[in-house]
Amino acid sequence: MSWKRYIGSGLMYAFLVAVTAPVVLLYALLFITSFSTNVVGLMPQGITLKFWRIVLSGEIKVPGAGGYYYYPNLYLVMGNTFLLAITVAVSEVILSSLAGYALSRFKFRGRPQLLGLILVLHSFPGVALLIALFYILNMMGLYDTLVGVIIIKIALDLPLDVWIMKGFFDGIPWDLEMSALIDGCNRIQTWWKVLLPTVRNGLMAVLIFGFLSGWSEFIYILTFISSQKYWTLSMLIYALKSSEYMYVSPALTAAAAIIYMIPVIIFFLTAQKYLLRIQIAAKGVV
Amino acid sequence: MPKRGLRVTALWFFLVPSLALIMTFFFLPVVLTVLISFTDMTQTFEWHWVGVQNYINIITDPWMPKIFKNTIFYVFTTLVCFNVGLALIISLITTHINEKVGAAFRALWLLPRITPSTVYVLLWLWATRDKSSLFNWLLSFMGIPPANWALSRPWLLVILINGFVGVSFGMIIFTAALKSISRDLIWAAKVDGASTWQQIRYVELPLIKWPLLFVTAYQTLSLLTSYEYILIATDGGPGFYDTEVWALHVWHLGFKQYGGMLHLGYGSALAVFLVIMGVVLSVIYLKIFRFKELMVEPKIEV
Repeated sequence: MSWKRYIGSGLMYAFLVAVTAPVVLLYALLFITSFSTNVVGLMPQGITLKFWRIVLSGEIKVPGAGGYYYYPNLYLVMGNTFLLAITVAVSEVILSSLAGYALSRFKFRGRPQLLGLILVLHSFPGVALLIALFYILNMMGLYDTLVGVIIIKIALDLPLDVWIMKGFFDGIPWDLEMSALIDGCNRIQTWWKVLLPTVRNGLMAVLIFGFLSGWSEFIYILTFISSQKYWTLSMLIYALKSSEYMYVSPALTAAAAIIYMIPVIIFFLTAQKYLLRIQIAAKGVV
Repeated sequence: MPKRGLRVTALWFFLVPSLALIMTFFFLPVVLTVLISFTDMTQTFEWHWVGVQNYINIITDPWMPKIFKNTIFYVFTTLVCFNVGLALIISLITTHINEKVGAAFRALWLLPRITPSTVYVLLWLWATRDKSSLFNWLLSFMGIPPANWALSRPWLLVILINGFVGVSFGMIIFTAALKSISRDLIWAAKVDGASTWQQIRYVELPLIKWPLLFVTAYQTLSLLTSYEYILIATDGGPGFYDTEVWALHVWHLGFKQYGGMLHLGYGSALAVFLVIMGVVLSVIYLKIFRFKELMVEPKIEV
C-alpha cells in the first residue's frame, strides 16, 4: 500500500516538473541571453555587458545598409509607456469608483437596463470594435496620438472596472452611509469621506490591474499609432524582434525586454495573492 | 435628506463621465461596426452602401473555408489540451501534494499570463529557432531533429504559445473548486479504502462538474476572439493563411493593405459574423449548462 503511494506521488511530481519546466526555462533563457554574445541551449558562449550598456544609454542603433538605423530613444519609449499606464490606471480608478457608487446606491429610471448593457459590453470581443474605433479616432483627429489610445483603453476596460467597484460598494452596509447623510453630508461628500476609504481594496485592485494592462498594451499601439515618437515598450520589442534576422543582436532585445518586465516582476514577487483575486475578477467571474 | 434637484445633480456627477466614455468609445463602435459592414469602406472612409454584398462575399470567398477550419482546429485543440485539460491536471496534482509546493507551481503558471505579449512570444521564438536554440537543443538529446518551428511546425508553436497562457484561468477556477470540496467526503472515501485515483475519479471530478463546464464555455469564447499571440508569432503564416484564424483575419482586413486598400467594410462584416458566432455559442451554453448556477464566486482563495 505505502510503496504504491510513493510511486504515485513520485509520478505526479515528475509530470508536474516536466510540464512546468518550459515556463522556467524560457525566463532563464531571457536572462542569460541578455549577457551573452551567443547562446547554445542555456549555455552562454561569451559573456558581455556590451548590450546592456547600449540599451541603458538609451540610444539604440543598429548598423544597416546605408549607415546606422536608429530606434526611438529608450527613455522616451519608457516615458510613453509609463504615461499610458499611469493615466489609464488613475482614470479607471476615478471613473469606476464614481459610476460604481451610483449604480450600487442610486435608484433611478433605466438602472436595470444600464446594468445589463454594462454586462453585455464587458463580454463583447475587442477585435470586433477595432475597425469602428479606427473610424471614430480618424473623425476626431485622434488617430496616431497617445491620447486616442489612452481613451480607447479606458473606455474598453471601464465596464469591467465599474462592475468590480459596484461589487465592492454593494458589500458596505447602508448604516454607515445613513449616519453620514443624517449628519448633513450630501451624497458627494458621503462618497468621498465615508465610502471611498472603506473600498480601498477595490481601488487598489483596479489601479494595479489598470496599470499592468496599460503597461503591456500592444494591439492598440500597433493599430492606432504610426509615429515612432509615440511608441511604447511593447512596440519597441516587436520592432527589434522583427528586424532580428538582419542586424539586431538578441542580447540587445533581451536587455530591453528585461527592463520592460521590471514592473511585472515586482508585482509577481510582492502581490501574488492579490493577482489571483484580480485575475478571477478580471475574467468575469464576478 | 437632500432635495430632489441636488440628488439628480449628484447622480449626474457620478455617472456621466463613465457613461459618456462608454457610449462614445464602446457602444457607438458596436453600432458603427454593423453599419460599416453594409458598405465597401476603405481608408478614405467613404460611405458607399453595398447592401449585403460583404456577407455574400464571406460565403463565396475561396479562402474562408480554410480560415474557418483553422479557427475550429485552433480553438478546439488549445481548449482540450491546455485551457481545460492541462489546467485540470495541474490543479489536481497541486492540490494532492504538499500545499506550499503546489502553490509555488501554480504561481509559476501565472508568469506567461502577466508577461507582456511581445516579450512572451519572443521567448518562444528564440527557443524554437535553430539547432542551438533551447527547445531544439533539448529535444536533440531525444533524437528529434532540430527545426525552425515557426516555419515547419507553425500550429504546434501557435498552440503551445496560447496554451501556456491559457492554462492559468482554468487552473485558478479548478483549484478553488477542488479546495472547497468538504474534507468529510474525502475522508469518507479514504476510510472506505479508495486509492488517490479512485478518490479523484469518483469523488472530486463529479463535484467540480460545473466549474469544468464553466471554464470550457468561457474559454471557447475567449479563444474564438483571440489573435494577439498568433499575430506576433506567425502573423497567419508561414505560408498563405496557414495559421490565419477568424479574429486575426478581421485585423488583417482592417489594418493590413491588400492591393493598396484597407477592406474596412468586409472586415466589419467578418467582425459581425464573429460576434454572432459568439452570441449563438453563449446562448447554447446558457441553455445547456444553466450558466447562472455556475456564476457563483469561488469561496476559497487559491
